[in-house]
Amino acid sequence: MMKRFVYINDDSSQDSYCDNRISNRKYTLLNFLPKNLWEQFSRFMNQYFLLIACLQLWSLITPVNPASTWGPLIFIFAVSATKEAWDDYNRYLSDKQANEKEVWVVKEGIRKHIQAQDIRVGSIVWLRENDEVPCDLVLIGTSEPQGICYVETAALDGETDLKTRVIPSACIGLAPEQLHKIKGVIECPNPDKDIRRFDANMRLFPPFIDNDLCPLTINNTLLQSCYLRNTEWACGVAVYTGNETKLGMSRGVPEPKLTAVDAMIDKLTGAIFLFQIVVVIVLGFSGNIWKDTEARKQWYVKYPDEGPWYELLIIPLRFELLCSIMIPISIKVSLDLVKSLYAKFIDWDEEMYDNDTNTPSHAANTAISEDLGQVEYILTDKTGTLTENRMIFRRCCISGIVYGNESGDALKDVELLNAVAKNVPDVLRFLTVMTICNTVIPIRSNSGAISYKAQSQDEDALVNAAARLHMVLISKNGNTIGVNFNGSVIQYEILDVLEFTSDRKRMSVVVRDCQNEKILLLSKGADEAIFPCAYPGQQIRTFVDAVEQYAQLGLRTLCLGWRELKDDEYEEWSHMFKEASTALFDREWKLAEVCQRLEHDLEILGVTAIEDRLQDGVPETIETLRKAGINFWMLTGDKQNTAIQIALLCNFISSEPKGQLLFINGKSEDEVVRSLERVLLTMRITSSEPKDLAFVVDGWALEVILKQYREAFTELAILSRTAICCRVTPSQKAQLVELLKSCDYRTLAIGDGGNDVRMIQQADIGVGISGREGLQAARAADYSIGKFRFLKRLILVHGRYSYNRTAFLSQYSFYKSLVICFIQILFSLFSGVSGSSLFNSVSLMAYNVFYTSIPVLTSVLDKDLTEKTVMQHPQILFYCQAGRLLNPSTFAGWFGRSLYHALVVFLISIHAYAGEKCEMEELSMVALSGCIWLQAFVVTLEMNSFTILQHLAIWGNFVAFYVINCIVSTIPSAGMYTIMFRLCKQPSYWITMVLIAAVGMGPVLAIKYFRYTYRSSAINILQQAERSRGIIFSMGTLESQLKSVEKDVASLSITQPKNRNPVYEPLLLSDSPTPTRRSIGSSTFDFFQPAQSRLSTSYSRNCKNN
Amino acid sequence: MMNNSGASAAGSSSGSGEGSAPRRNFKRPKYSRFTQQELPACKPILTPQWVISVFTLVGIIFVPIGVISLMASHDVVEIVDRYDSACIPRNMAKDKVAYIQNAAINKTCNRTLKVLKNMDQPIYVYYQLDNFYQNHRRYVKSRNDAQLRSADEASETSGCDPERTTAGGAPIVPCGLIAWSLFNDTYSFKRGNENVMVNKKGISWKSDRDHKFGKDVYPKNFQNGALIGGAKLDPNKSLSEQEDLIVWMRTAALPTFRKLYGKIEVNLKANDTITVTLENNYNTYSFNGKKKLVLSTTSWLGGKNDFLGIAYLTVGGLCFFLATAFTVVYLVKPRKLGDPSYLSWNRSPLGY
Repeated sequence: MMKRFVYINDDSSQDSYCDNRISNRKYTLLNFLPKNLWEQFSRFMNQYFLLIACLQLWSLITPVNPASTWGPLIFIFAVSATKEAWDDYNRYLSDKQANEKEVWVVKEGIRKHIQAQDIRVGSIVWLRENDEVPCDLVLIGTSEPQGICYVETAALDGETDLKTRVIPSACIGLAPEQLHKIKGVIECPNPDKDIRRFDANMRLFPPFIDNDLCPLTINNTLLQSCYLRNTEWACGVAVYTGNETKLGMSRGVPEPKLTAVDAMIDKLTGAIFLFQIVVVIVLGFSGNIWKDTEARKQWYVKYPDEGPWYELLIIPLRFELLCSIMIPISIKVSLDLVKSLYAKFIDWDEEMYDNDTNTPSHAANTAISEDLGQVEYILTDKTGTLTENRMIFRRCCISGIVYGNESGDALKDVELLNAVAKNVPDVLRFLTVMTICNTVIPIRSNSGAISYKAQSQDEDALVNAAARLHMVLISKNGNTIGVNFNGSVIQYEILDVLEFTSDRKRMSVVVRDCQNEKILLLSKGADEAIFPCAYPGQQIRTFVDAVEQYAQLGLRTLCLGWRELKDDEYEEWSHMFKEASTALFDREWKLAEVCQRLEHDLEILGVTAIEDRLQDGVPETIETLRKAGINFWMLTGDKQNTAIQIALLCNFISSEPKGQLLFINGKSEDEVVRSLERVLLTMRITSSEPKDLAFVVDGWALEVILKQYREAFTELAILSRTAICCRVTPSQKAQLVELLKSCDYRTLAIGDGGNDVRMIQQADIGVGISGREGLQAARAADYSIGKFRFLKRLILVHGRYSYNRTAFLSQYSFYKSLVICFIQILFSLFSGVSGSSLFNSVSLMAYNVFYTSIPVLTSVLDKDLTEKTVMQHPQILFYCQAGRLLNPSTFAGWFGRSLYHALVVFLISIHAYAGEKCEMEELSMVALSGCIWLQAFVVTLEMNSFTILQHLAIWGNFVAFYVINCIVSTIPSAGMYTIMFRLCKQPSYWITMVLIAAVGMGPVLAIKYFRYTYRSSAINILQQAERSRGIIFSMGTLESQLKSVEKDVASLSITQPKNRNPVYEPLLLSDSPTPTRRSIGSSTFDFFQPAQSRLSTSYSRNCKNN
Repeated sequence: MMNNSGASAAGSSSGSGEGSAPRRNFKRPKYSRFTQQELPACKPILTPQWVISVFTLVGIIFVPIGVISLMASHDVVEIVDRYDSACIPRNMAKDKVAYIQNAAINKTCNRTLKVLKNMDQPIYVYYQLDNFYQNHRRYVKSRNDAQLRSADEASETSGCDPERTTAGGAPIVPCGLIAWSLFNDTYSFKRGNENVMVNKKGISWKSDRDHKFGKDVYPKNFQNGALIGGAKLDPNKSLSEQEDLIVWMRTAALPTFRKLYGKIEVNLKANDTITVTLENNYNTYSFNGKKKLVLSTTSWLGGKNDFLGIAYLTVGGLCFFLATAFTVVYLVKPRKLGDPSYLSWNRSPLGY
């Protein structure tokens, strides 16, 4: 691994690294054109169009003016190039603003104002309160006497809480003037993008004392784009500058996601391309034959006897050019346009605006809205996604005594209050751990009130609860903690913090009690991380029971423990700890190992239980989406029982004999495999029965399975509609997403925290909840929403509409291009297979780019069913999921229709305009108008709802066709001079048009009507129902819903352990009618509370029975 | 006063509430019917009544139009005479091409036409060619409109291959295959012994005479090559006066086409016998093309063409048939529209 040595404040050695000029630009003025063109031409479609356009330059073979392809091509390229250029220019402007910002930097011992871009590695930068950090700095001094400062890192990781940063121990106590002269060297890794890690060390040069290596961590840094808050000033040494900062390195273009619809369109394009090749070969071949047999007799064509060597190619190439319009050049532009509008509709949607947190929904990825309608699997996080992530301390178990079981709130439990008042030592120690063992920062406002800034919601809940129990954390100044207990202040000195990591699942602090100089180790963490550390012989039975009991209630548990350390033990350990924490490599692993050496023989003090309430509307949302045929997987880092409870609460697992949970677990690999096989067998047997099975697997078993038994698990994943994966790591979450994707399922991952980012990026669609755990997930996601319940609307309304609209738009684009192309082919049969074009260049271009593109764009407003109907009948999403509206067979329908319409237009035109009337320009205009008439009717027939805009676009376009052609007809030099006027004056023209429309649309209408009425799809039925008896119908379904709910609520069987049945049952009883009540809208009370209270009573009853 | 203060207090309190609310809600999307996709929309659905009435209506409209069109077509009197093989002397019948290419032979030929119905003037005289591909790619492009329009562009012959220039390199005006192959049969008509005048003025489009073919453009180097295509042009008449050329240059889109030769401006009576003296010059024999002479009156719908009338009657009939069929099916097998019991998930016990 490469290292970088930063010499502090040394002007001589600064040139080896780049300056602080930030550049997000993709292009420069010089390379814009070539680079942009290169990028655009790396797409197959564009290459195809370029090839066609180049072939058209060869006048021998071009059937039309090259402008008819070059025009649209250049237009399309210009549009995307302009967009790129505009984006790049904006990036340039914001870069420039950042680069030219004035900052204070020490130069030759004096503070000077320079531009941010002139900062060099090693410079000392001074910041004032609310300044933005211009580059990555190592903090060396602050205005606070304890050497701390506060930063807001929202721009970096999206977390909005303040974080503390401390100066390295070597710099403690330096006066501001000394900071100007400080010299030294910082040894740090080469730039990387890990914003959570900075494993470096620093050595100051004499006269600055301390020749020791001083370890540096991320806590000693100020990273670019953070803001300095609540601190008068701070100063630091620049270590990474410009594009080499952590932020600069983590910038990157995520790989574009391709939707299923896009893939299907690509496939169809490929098929059309093949068809085109076949047509070209057949026509080219017969053209050459006709030429040799017939055309040589046609003396007026004057074919030369000897042609050039490429003569055989000429006719096929002409047909290639004639047929090139089969692949519509406008489809990409149209699709891009409507897709960005879909995204805008999501941004604009008022019903997906979260009032509580003031966040509108946002579609960061504008290209994948159709995929929302095709989701088959939703993988969801639990905490913060299904739940509110608003933690409330509810219960606890201290040295075997449980508090809060009766009232559901330990803070109101008289027994606990009494115990605190009586200074029961166990309770006090319990409270002490709650108060101290954390990274919470108390902030005293001017009025004297104390508020807490915590990175973890659990810690916040614990500290607040302890404060309610009279153990108040009042100050944290550097290493000293002040705790106010019943009016007396107790001081602790923090010696070390053994930080929380998701692997260790616990955190500890080593403190010195300033009253009796005792050194204490305080730990808290997950039960499985703490219980093994209990001292031998401690009875932890009651705690284990309590944990299980709380987990069944859906509460989050933390276990607290402590140990008194002997001075020499601590000294010895402290040495190792320091060494590990200055390690440059594998620091995290080394630290974990050292921590393990201290965290043993703990005395378990008790268990806390924190409630995390379900978000509003989660059960309804999940029920609706499950009805829509979407499978749910819950991936959580939480415990199995908690996860199962939450799953039951939010309709994740079905009730009735239907619902059955299958557990995959085991202590050894063999056991895991056996249980996997057992579960798989059960799944296979019952897959034909109407039984709703769900399997439960934990992280450890999953690791074994994913490593060695992937195939069996894949089969299980396909069979199972529901799964609960507990205690999984972020990378396992991503692995599961990948597994489902590899089975060709459309996956949507939804989460709210940093641990979900990988899964969100991996999934076809990533949805982030902009929640309390920060915005990390929301930033990485394709869609960010404020609440889980908006997912229903996002999928059923936006996803479904987007899919329907794109399905129509893309197929229609092919259809209209094929119509004109088939007409050209038919005409070539009447023109000696010589490759003449019936239509002139202007008409062809305008037809593709203008006349037929505008009306169909209004399909973005088309709604086949109202939002309400879709919500009532989520099953309708099946049509989107299964791709019923865009697949080879629907496309074949459109293909057939285009062939039929081409035949109708061409045959009617040549028969009505036969003999003396068959003048080229007139006939071409008759055929073109015929197409335009048909287009207007086709769009009208396929559109489900008409707003004023649709009418305007369809009929306005129709009128515009005539207006434009009349205008062109007044230009004497144009080929079609006076043609339109002549035609409009002929009654036969109008009669022909009406005939074309009738013959073209009659069968289409008849077939559509027949299918609509006698072979109706569910969509048709609902459309009819909506139209005819909207209100009565919805009431009817409501009743049937109620009935089905009653049926559902019978009993729930869970295979393991059987004796728990009574616990689940009442819960479902109280829970299930709620959605129906809600849908009526008459009840607004929070349904969660009664469910919870009933649950608790039933539980206690159950306990007593046992 | 009391009232007033109370109101102001309430106002201020609600005002402050609102004052904080908009600031808090500044990210709330602005409501408009467009952004919420709630524009008022009509949602027509295909009810049996609607569809049946549409078909009935189309039938009701189409049948009369069909009848009228057919009547118009039947009112047109048309005399068609194919003369290409008939005008070949018996002895040359085996080698028609040699006959037509032999300039020494007199190509005059007489045909007798019988007028079956009264024909009111103007009677249009067309020549009809079969199997003649004016729309062939090599042919249809072989012209230069700029050259035809203006005398200054005489040397503009691009696109005219292979009839661009003479062997000496002088530009041909008008250049190109179309002009080169100008039709050159001529007709003159006699009723008994009385000459029937054929008016050859105004047979082309006025717009072509005025704007497409220049008044100051005169034929140059035309038909001077070794191979003579069709008719020669009078070099002293400007192109805009060469109406035969203008008509010919309006290329036909189909291999069977008629072009206007002239107009007869007297009425012809039924049973009149017309003698046509024609110069059979144009070579259609090498490609087995037919040549026909057509005399036709016209109607508001154009020439004799039953297609539209028959098509309208057929479509109208089919519409009635469909309407009836749909009605019968609707009555025999009524189907409740939008019955939720038709929904698959309401039928299947599974629920999915």
